[in-house]
Amino acid sequence: MDKKVSVKVCLGTTCFVMGSANLQELIELVPRKYGDKVDVSGVPCLGLCSIDWEFSKAPYVKVDDDVIKEATVEKVLAAIEKKLSK
Amino acid sequence: MSMNSTPKQTSHLKREILVRLIKAFLSDNFPENTRLIPFAMRPKGSEVPYRCCIHKERAILRDRAVAGLGMSIEETDDSVLLSTLAEESLKRTEPEEDPLTVLTTACKGCVPSRIYVTDLCQGCVARPCVNTCKFGAISIQNGKSVIDPEKCKNCGMCVQVCPYQAITKIIVPCENACPVGAIAKGEDGHAKIDFEKCISCGKCVAACPFGAVHEKSQIIDILKNIKAGKKVIAMVAPAIMGQLPCTPTQLKEAIMELGFADVYEVAQGADVTTKTEAKEFEERLEAGAEFMTTSCCAGYNELVEKHIPEMKPFRSDTKTPLYYTAEIVKKEHPDAVTVFFSPCNAKRKEAMQNPNVDYVLNYEELGAWFVALGIQVAECSESKFKTEASAEARNYAVTGGVAKAVQTMLPEHLPTYPVVINGLDKQSIRDLKKYAKNGVCELGNLIEVMACPGGCLGGNGTVNAYKQALKQLTGYVNESEHLVNEENEKIEK
Repeated sequence: MDKKVSVKVCLGTTCFVMGSANLQELIELVPRKYGDKVDVSGVPCLGLCSIDWEFSKAPYVKVDDDVIKEATVEKVLAAIEKKLSK
Repeated sequence: MSMNSTPKQTSHLKREILVRLIKAFLSDNFPENTRLIPFAMRPKGSEVPYRCCIHKERAILRDRAVAGLGMSIEETDDSVLLSTLAEESLKRTEPEEDPLTVLTTACKGCVPSRIYVTDLCQGCVARPCVNTCKFGAISIQNGKSVIDPEKCKNCGMCVQVCPYQAITKIIVPCENACPVGAIAKGEDGHAKIDFEKCISCGKCVAACPFGAVHEKSQIIDILKNIKAGKKVIAMVAPAIMGQLPCTPTQLKEAIMELGFADVYEVAQGADVTTKTEAKEFEERLEAGAEFMTTSCCAGYNELVEKHIPEMKPFRSDTKTPLYYTAEIVKKEHPDAVTVFFSPCNAKRKEAMQNPNVDYVLNYEELGAWFVALGIQVAECSESKFKTEASAEARNYAVTGGVAKAVQTMLPEHLPTYPVVINGLDKQSIRDLKKYAKNGVCELGNLIEVMACPGGCLGGNGTVNAYKQALKQLTGYVNESEHLVNEENEKIEK
């Protein structure tokens, strides 16, 4: 275990409206759960929603380089678990 | 504590429909692009995430779009194309009367509300269920408890006494959420709203896991007025300041970018409400009144009108912040079309009764509008409000905030005991009825009533999670000027 897992919750307007407002709890929950093994933060627009009609797949979260579409708290936690178990 | 109880996936669907409707309106062919929405969302060969088949998925999305066009799903014939409805939506001059509509095909899945014995029943010797039932509805058959539905009154006593927790109450979420028994499943299995009883609080909208209760959106009406070049003015409720990821002044700029001519904070009117209500409270107490309730929550006002008329003498006669704000706006701009930016459905009803308020837009709809136009609120420049409101007024959106504001303006010697009703449910309605009947409230004399838990920030039309919204709004309140008791003229204008 050398490198931290990075979690970026997109708080751009589209992601926020389409659901990342409810992902903000991750920003408190993740450090409590995983301590300093995971870096989590809310970030400005990642630009993923502007491609064609991809707003409908928002909210987006990036876990390292993997993009999670239609992200939910459960999906993000599962992705973190997967990274940590490697 | 999750105030925003709308299941996330149903919010996502409703918002996606709104975004697509707005994009369709702004396109060169509104009717045709509206007709295509269900097909664009579920193209041929796509996955069928929720329903039995792609056709039902599309049919339900079509019905959701009907609500988005501001029409009643129940009263719209299935054979009419969305394109035709889109054209019709452009012709109306005012919104439809009842603000809610039920998507009946989506709600058929719920089991009727009843008490049910699960297979955890051990057929025990004590049989507290049989002994507790006042209606003789429970008997033992083949060693298990059985409920006779003819005799059962759904009281739930057996649920409480079963030592195995083997008896459960099956609930219909909308029925369970409604504080006044205005929504129920009819004999055909579909939920139906009784608008004679409905107080427009929006709790059913938030509670239904199928997202089957829709607000009739007025977004098309508003877009139409802006497109026609009218001077459309936004009046934003205090709750909006916690709703989007930007500062209040950026939000104002973002709203201007949608085509609004100006943005007024309804907190400006809240300052008038505070002052007027404080004066009224003082006069009432001096005249011997035992208590007074606030009158700014539209859901509560409709509750009093329809279910607790005996409360009328105890409810403040002071008008709502929206009332005063709209009056100011129409005075300054008699030619303006006014739009109230609301956290909840109940204000739609209040707006319909106020000739100074033309339309209502909730925060889901506002958010969808930003998405449709690709506006990044956090990148907008700062645009100041012409009239600043007080910290107390901006805090109206939080439970306890109204009573606190009124208290600020009361003389110190006046014995003031605030009581906060933080959300209307069956219990708090019973309490209110008791206060009205007895003419006294043993807990205090200044009763603030909010239909939504947490206050307006917990409204059904909000976007942000409650905790975050509260944090953001509190930041704004803390940087605002406080009301000063002596200097009443400061807020008078």
